Amino acid sequence: MLKLSFEEIQNKAQTEWKDFCAKTRILVGAATCGRSAGALNVLNTINEELTKHTIDAVVTQVGCIGLCYIEPIISIAKPNEPYIFYASLTPELAQQIIEDYLLKGNPRPDLALGTVGNKGVKDIPQLFDLAMLKPQVRIVLRNCGFIDPININHYIVNGGYSGLIKALDMKPEDVIEEVRKSGLRGRGGAGFPTGVKWGFCRKAPGKEKYLVCNADEGDPGAFMDRSVLEGDPHAVLEGILIGAHAIGATKGYIYCRAEYPLALERLYIALGQMREYGILGDNILGTDFSFDIEIKEGAGAFVCGEETALIASIEGRRGIPRSRPPFPANSGIWDKPTNINNVETWADVSVILQRGADWFAGYGTENSKGTKTFSLAGKVKHTGLIEVPLGTTLHQVIYDIGGGIAGDKRLKAVQTGGPSGGFIPPELLETPVDYESLTRLGSIMGSGGMVVADEDNCIVDMARFFLTFTQSESCGKCAPCRVGTRQMLDILERICRGEGEEGDIEKLQHLAETVRDSSLCALGGTAPNPVLTSIRYFLNEYEAHIKEKSCPAIACKELVSYYIKPDNCAGCMICLRNCPVDAIKGDKQMIHVIDQEKCIKCGTCLDFCPSRFSAVAKVSGVLPDLPEKPIPIKKQDHI
Amino acid sequence: MSDKLTDILDTHNWEKGTLILILQKIQKELGYISEDAISEIARRARISKNEVFGVASFYSQFHFNPQGKHNVKVCLGTSCHVQGGPHILEAVERELGIKTGQTTEDGNFNLESVACFGCCALSPVMVVDNTVYSRMTTKKVKDILKLYQE
Repeated sequence: MLKLSFEEIQNKAQTEWKDFCAKTRILVGAATCGRSAGALNVLNTINEELTKHTIDAVVTQVGCIGLCYIEPIISIAKPNEPYIFYASLTPELAQQIIEDYLLKGNPRPDLALGTVGNKGVKDIPQLFDLAMLKPQVRIVLRNCGFIDPININHYIVNGGYSGLIKALDMKPEDVIEEVRKSGLRGRGGAGFPTGVKWGFCRKAPGKEKYLVCNADEGDPGAFMDRSVLEGDPHAVLEGILIGAHAIGATKGYIYCRAEYPLALERLYIALGQMREYGILGDNILGTDFSFDIEIKEGAGAFVCGEETALIASIEGRRGIPRSRPPFPANSGIWDKPTNINNVETWADVSVILQRGADWFAGYGTENSKGTKTFSLAGKVKHTGLIEVPLGTTLHQVIYDIGGGIAGDKRLKAVQTGGPSGGFIPPELLETPVDYESLTRLGSIMGSGGMVVADEDNCIVDMARFFLTFTQSESCGKCAPCRVGTRQMLDILERICRGEGEEGDIEKLQHLAETVRDSSLCALGGTAPNPVLTSIRYFLNEYEAHIKEKSCPAIACKELVSYYIKPDNCAGCMICLRNCPVDAIKGDKQMIHVIDQEKCIKCGTCLDFCPSRFSAVAKVSGVLPDLPEKPIPIKKQDHI
Repeated sequence: MSDKLTDILDTHNWEKGTLILILQKIQKELGYISEDAISEIARRARISKNEVFGVASFYSQFHFNPQGKHNVKVCLGTSCHVQGGPHILEAVERELGIKTGQTTEDGNFNLESVACFGCCALSPVMVVDNTVYSRMTTKKVKDILKLYQE
């Protein structure tokens, strides 16, 4: 361990940063999403090109800047020049850009996305002026995509750990007051004021106290916490240390799901670096404050996002919630006072101490301060990780940032809060995104999942999907949740199969209210939300399934038939050859016909039919008039 | 009992609260939690086999049968669901000739569905071993699986 003062650490970081900035830098967005889009291939090509041309440049893997829809993304900065971002890269394009910009001095404005830095580059816009970035305010994501997440010096040079230093100079009660003044509310979903929560744990009697960072991001459709941990782990860790000082905790746990191997890897590295600098362990930075952090890998149980279940899991038991009181603030891990906050909350804490409560409270609405990250996914054009001031409307999020609905389809619903949240219809898009407004609509803010559904998505099917999830994740302790979610799922499955009956909707509502009102924890308490909101706003879709046995979105498998449009079929035999059950009859130059008895409705024919023909279609309800067996096509149709 | 299992058990510190950790270690090294492993953990931790199995079976991470050489996971999270994830899973099931949760006869593949990988912006997603395949289509399934065929 190095015995350095914080000032010496800062100087060391500054020197390293200066050296870094004196070189040509190439940052490759290599978070999980970037990697799945091929970032590591691009990275390899860049390294090969640099060696081939003996170019002196540093290549650094960075986190996600949130523009997932155009990954892989790289940015290049020459010394004293701004970063130029390039998106949707392939190894070939990367090779081209290296040659053109680094060898010939042409920044290729035609390929560039935008610049970041004081000066601009001719013909390239400022990155943060782009439509999808302009409405965003990056507080939690301040460093993601710009610093090396496995280099603590990069974090320190950008203001990192100055919040901790400030906090250590303050009385714990004053730190709590600062957090309370900022208006920060829990970002895990419930929205409880963070400062108040800390106060409870601070006041709880006992010498041994625990802190937990909840990184068990189990909501399907949410990846904010993963992105922060992968792109800027120290922002979270600094927040935890500040909390430990404020509450008087001696030990912290990060409960991170095992499905996030890269986030875990970066956390382990970050903890090692903190120890080396004396920012973690005994007598942190020469003070009498001692604190250590241990990582617990979650083993896959959604219910462990619930505080008391999470505590049981940390203790090595089945993750089953218990009744409260006693609240974890008084009796948590091993019956000791325990404070649990979510990843994003901790990342907010570090910046609140760095920049002050008033600065943070300058963003957001009266009751919902600051910003919130969302994973914007589903049918919008610009999917990705976004961060907006609370109070931004759903319309701004979907149309300004998200660029509207992909394929210019019609928006059907926005789903917030994952399995605990609800569907919001297009007519309510002017709703501001804050804790109270979303709750009023029957949904919740949740941890930040936001999935957009278009006209091709069936709301009944989506409600069924969420129930499948909550039903299988119910821990089984409370009968209303264990049995009630199963009963609701059975009814929804029946409706989706076209076997819905008169009275099903009322039965669903009754069950939903019972489950909501009589379950112990939030899993059961919120599991009915998708059902209740879908009935509230999309009753006509339920009625179409039940009364007309048809699915308006043509999505529910049992209610859908595939057929081949005789006027479009070119007799190319591609669908026929790919049909897994030989349900398609036809021959060259013959109009193909699907045998409805044999068809398993897998959709392979639709996927394989070349787009220039687009001859396969699906329908819910009555099939149009079709030839019974293959007949010759009319030649002139396809010239 | 295999030597490997004995090694893992011998080097574990058996402090309180480490039951999930030892299960994770065993699964990581041996691929699954065998009956032997459960008995031996119970004996050393001085708890019942029931309790060990109760904890292990609570969490979706743990398997109780040998897994295939390659692990195929298809994501059925919300975003993948609206983008056709179930179609991808069915296509993989057809291609491998097994159902979700099963292992192919030659032991080369086992198939799982998962609730969310957190790659929602690039959905639908399929993961083979540690490689993430994004923006999946049923068309891509065959070619990707071929890469892992013996």
